[in-house]
Amino acid sequence: MMIQNNFITKLASSNKRIDGRLFDQVRKIVVDDKIIEKAEGAALVKLGNTQVIAGVKLEVGEPFPDKPNDGVLMTSAEFSPISSPDFEQGPPRENSIELARIVDRGIRECGAIDTKKLCIEDGKKVWMVCIDINILDNFGNLIDASAMASAVALNQCVFPKYEDGKVIATEKTKKKLPVLYTAVACTFAKIGNHMLLDPNLEEEEASSCRLTLSTRDDGNLCAIQKGGTGHLSSADVEHALDVAVERGKEIRKLLK
Amino acid sequence: MKRSDGRKPEEVRPMEITAGVLENANGSAMVKMGRTIAIAGVFGPREMFPRRLQEFAKASLQCRYMMAPFSTDERARPGPSRRSKELTMVIRNALEPAVFLEEFPKAAIDVFIDIIQADAGTRTAAINAASVALADAGIPMRDLVSSVAVGKIDGKYVVDLAGPEEELSDCDMPVACMPREGSITLLQMDGDLSKDDVKHMVKIAKEACVKIAELQKEALRKRWFK
Amino acid sequence: MNEDMEEDYILDEAQEGANVNAGEGAAADIEAEARARADAAHANAHLLKKERDFVIPGEKLVESMDFLPGRNCFREGNGIYSKKIGLLSVEGRVLSVIPLNGVYMPVRGDMVIGEVTDIQGNGWVINIKAPYDAYLPLSGVRGFIDTNKTDISKIYDVGEIVYGKINMVTASKSIHISMFDRICRKFAGGRVITVNPAKVPRIIGRNGSMIDLIKRKTDTRVVVGQNGLVWLEGEREAFVIDVIRFIEEKSHMEGLTNEVEKILERGVVHEKK
Repeated sequence: MMIQNNFITKLASSNKRIDGRLFDQVRKIVVDDKIIEKAEGAALVKLGNTQVIAGVKLEVGEPFPDKPNDGVLMTSAEFSPISSPDFEQGPPRENSIELARIVDRGIRECGAIDTKKLCIEDGKKVWMVCIDINILDNFGNLIDASAMASAVALNQCVFPKYEDGKVIATEKTKKKLPVLYTAVACTFAKIGNHMLLDPNLEEEEASSCRLTLSTRDDGNLCAIQKGGTGHLSSADVEHALDVAVERGKEIRKLLK
Repeated sequence: MKRSDGRKPEEVRPMEITAGVLENANGSAMVKMGRTIAIAGVFGPREMFPRRLQEFAKASLQCRYMMAPFSTDERARPGPSRRSKELTMVIRNALEPAVFLEEFPKAAIDVFIDIIQADAGTRTAAINAASVALADAGIPMRDLVSSVAVGKIDGKYVVDLAGPEEELSDCDMPVACMPREGSITLLQMDGDLSKDDVKHMVKIAKEACVKIAELQKEALRKRWFK
Repeated sequence: MNEDMEEDYILDEAQEGANVNAGEGAAADIEAEARARADAAHANAHLLKKERDFVIPGEKLVESMDFLPGRNCFREGNGIYSKKIGLLSVEGRVLSVIPLNGVYMPVRGDMVIGEVTDIQGNGWVINIKAPYDAYLPLSGVRGFIDTNKTDISKIYDVGEIVYGKINMVTASKSIHISMFDRICRKFAGGRVITVNPAKVPRIIGRNGSMIDLIKRKTDTRVVVGQNGLVWLEGEREAFVIDVIRFIEEKSHMEGLTNEVEKILERGVVHEKK
């Protein structure tokens, strides 16, 4: 709606946001890591009114030929039709494939999982970590919410029983997945000349583009993605980098 | 006779129903039956696409039942399967008789159900959730729809089979009804039963449905009438 | 303002204990009134639920042919049942359910706020957040438009918000809008929020009393569409939105008007503790 976009842009030029937040303030985060037990790890995250559930299943399969002793990481995302009235009516604002790949890169590039420890038999059998993200309610910034849910799910993930070359999915061990780091994504929406952290649905609609920065525990950047058709200045990027590293630390504490 | 989880034969699993769990959907509900968890979201009545499928005299009730890949013991491949397509149809047929579709010609009422954990009875949890979500959305209905599955273990009829009980049972009979009149809107069975068995089990299922309807009503009351 | 919608919402304190319709020339005929009250008391004894009770779809309200099913109720056999979640309203012999939720259904005469989503040869398609799109034909706009000379997107463009009147709803659900009324306009500036359409009568109040009170006390321009869209403009628009959300949540509360007055006096919805 043009009126809303104009209103949000006007507010931004007076350093205000439609829900009263500061530009580098994240919405309220609520984490439920006990929601389901059949998955090896799972979490429901509420970021404001956005709700995402991520589940981790561990399977045994063949490694990639170029990495014969490494476990495999696979991330998929599904935008459930319950999450938005826009389902199948016009182009989706965000692509579920792009989302899955951004979350995946954040985890993979920061080396969050010690994939060498997932090797069962060199070149033949490795553990496959399958992260499945299910969007339940879209109120903006699905990327960050999905990354949070995935991180919590991985951090609590345990191995299922593995006997005689077969996975017994109904029995879980106490052995945890070797997780070294927690990747945190911070997405900014560009509105006017400003970078707004954790855009809600209306801010996404009003923005010209977005920038996602994934950080690791040591403050290094592991994945970056600019999305949308607008453009960013170097100052925009530099500002976002500063905020992402600082906020990333705070969010990481919340998720542990 | 003691069941694997200590329940009496006529006892339903611990059930939790919450209405209004989603903000985007016009109506929504989460239903937990033991470890089975279903989340339903309803949109509508709203414009129906594709236009050529619009029905002149009434709204179309469109349904989608989907299991999350992490919902089962072994990971399920994402996307629709033959089973999920059949369940979608069966669930839609269970809900349709309850809705006053004729009040919204050419429109669509969309019911989406996600199973986030599956431990038997997913279609019954789906129907229980969808029915609350439809009422939550303010859609006019003749009655709620309540559902439960009945089985037979060691000669005893048992209500609301849990996952580990499925292989012990002689059969699996999911039933849904509009609890007021007891009109049956879903009836399926696979197994090996005498016709007396079937008659008794349907009766028992309907009695359990009446109890479930109480919980559905309470969930709606809690959400709207604080 | 649609009289029907207003009439339905008789939950104001002043209307408690709504009188039974005592028939022709009731005021003067005391005996007839007493007889009617006794009748009603006898009939009301059959009611399974009371005025303002929470009811759900399929819930039985009465088993008696003495009553009539009103809005959101239906008869089956001898019984009258609720169709929706809502609050029971008893007006004489008519049982109605005041809905607590529901998508907006277009009604002729309603003033609605909508977004232009498409421009066609002879008019505009307007999204009014209903199961059916509305159409604003060229003939519905004041003044003469020469389509050979005018690009009609200059009048209303895609994405713009208009406030118009529903002047036609056909049986096949064709909805037409007109902009003839003096109060019809296109909005420039301000912002739009969505509210539960079932709560609109409460937000507007009897004869607009509630919304007028809010506008006066906060010096904010507010336009409430029957379809649940609300346009606002003013320095205190954020506060007004908080008040509207409060009314939405507490719509069935007794003494709501008093509570809102208090909130408007202190300038904040919830006291900081």
